[in-house]
Amino acid sequence: MSTQKTAAELGAIGCHDCGLLVSEQFLESRQSHHCPRCRAPMHRRKPLSLAKSWAYLLAAAILYIPANMMPIMTVISFGSGAPDTIMSGVIHLAAAGQYPIALLVFIASVFVPLLKIGVLAYLLVSVQWNLAAKRRQRTRMYRMTELIGRWSMIDIFMISILVALVKLDAIATIEAGPGAIAFAAVVVLTMIAAQKFDPRLIWDVKEKTVK
Amino acid sequence: METVLALEKLESYTDRYIACHECDLVHPVRRLLDGEIAACGRCGAVLYQQRRNSMDRSLAFALTGLILFIAANMFPLLTFEMEGREQSNRLIDGSLAFWKSGYWELGLLVFISSVAVPFFSLISILYVLLPLKFSRIPKGFVYAVRSIEWLKPWAMSEVFILGIIVAFVKLTDFATVTPGPSMAAFVGMVIAITLANVTLDDRVIWRLEEDIRTGNEL
Repeated sequence: MSTQKTAAELGAIGCHDCGLLVSEQFLESRQSHHCPRCRAPMHRRKPLSLAKSWAYLLAAAILYIPANMMPIMTVISFGSGAPDTIMSGVIHLAAAGQYPIALLVFIASVFVPLLKIGVLAYLLVSVQWNLAAKRRQRTRMYRMTELIGRWSMIDIFMISILVALVKLDAIATIEAGPGAIAFAAVVVLTMIAAQKFDPRLIWDVKEKTVK
Repeated sequence: METVLALEKLESYTDRYIACHECDLVHPVRRLLDGEIAACGRCGAVLYQQRRNSMDRSLAFALTGLILFIAANMFPLLTFEMEGREQSNRLIDGSLAFWKSGYWELGLLVFISSVAVPFFSLISILYVLLPLKFSRIPKGFVYAVRSIEWLKPWAMSEVFILGIIVAFVKLTDFATVTPGPSMAAFVGMVIAITLANVTLDDRVIWRLEEDIRTGNEL
């Protein structure tokens, strides 16, 4: 395995979009930084990966607070309104005996966003501190954050259905709340933060220390 | 080892070697049997896989998905009954309700992730595969191929199904909720889209494109 080299060591770039392996010399001679096959812009590593990832991640972490403090929706029945936050929605479900659904919403809406923010922060710090340990494990963590992020949208879709269905004027009406915007922003921002992070940076550390 | 030596002389580009997209290690590309997956030996990322009859299967699933998409959008998904009054919603109504009540950001996000992107990802697959099937390269081919991968994270129909389940459970406490005629079509569409993406092999797409471009008829 030690005989194998990385594309960067070979002076080549693997196209992020189509996987073609292109020599950097070839790109220079053509005065182009686009893939000769799919024309995607080519970079040895994603440009400004750490800075961009941090920016989206910090924005998401800040918005996580209003997302959980402000009501995501309000049920208005016979004139009186009951605002729900993410957590009170989970508690209502549990109180009604719907434990599996309560658990699902808790995992998707509370646990996954926190886990994602925590994991991405750890990955960013570990790269910046040139940590060389547990690289395979960290790559696996990155792969997982990319997979699970989208599932946090469950609550937003649930609200969209309730708002469209429950509009019986005085009897019962459901309205969205400002917390839902903050929460949707958290989901989108953490997804972008994960996309901007370049997992190859995790593996670049060793090369630096060996030199 | 000699494979690595051969690669030191890479002057232009090659698809006989592949750099892992997650750790950058270069591997020689091997011929796989149907159903086999090549993973990176260092970080474990999936590098490429061999699908049986990728082209025809993906095309068939994408066409199925498109037909089901139309059916899923035409009729109500859920019908809600309370105190003798009835209300039903179509797929698009969630984003419309957000939009009308002033939450346009949420309306846009729900529209993009549950309607627009699933639709365009199906269109992209069909736009690429249908002409290739008849040995033609469509206009803007490279952008269409790239858009398939780009759109993937933002198509959230499968998450929407869980949203329906949670909404359903919340409402059954105080009202009668029944699935509408579009529900089955929507679930079918999610399955078809998933299978169209799973069976799609971009290596087959690029190989076919090269064969057609260089006049190498099969």
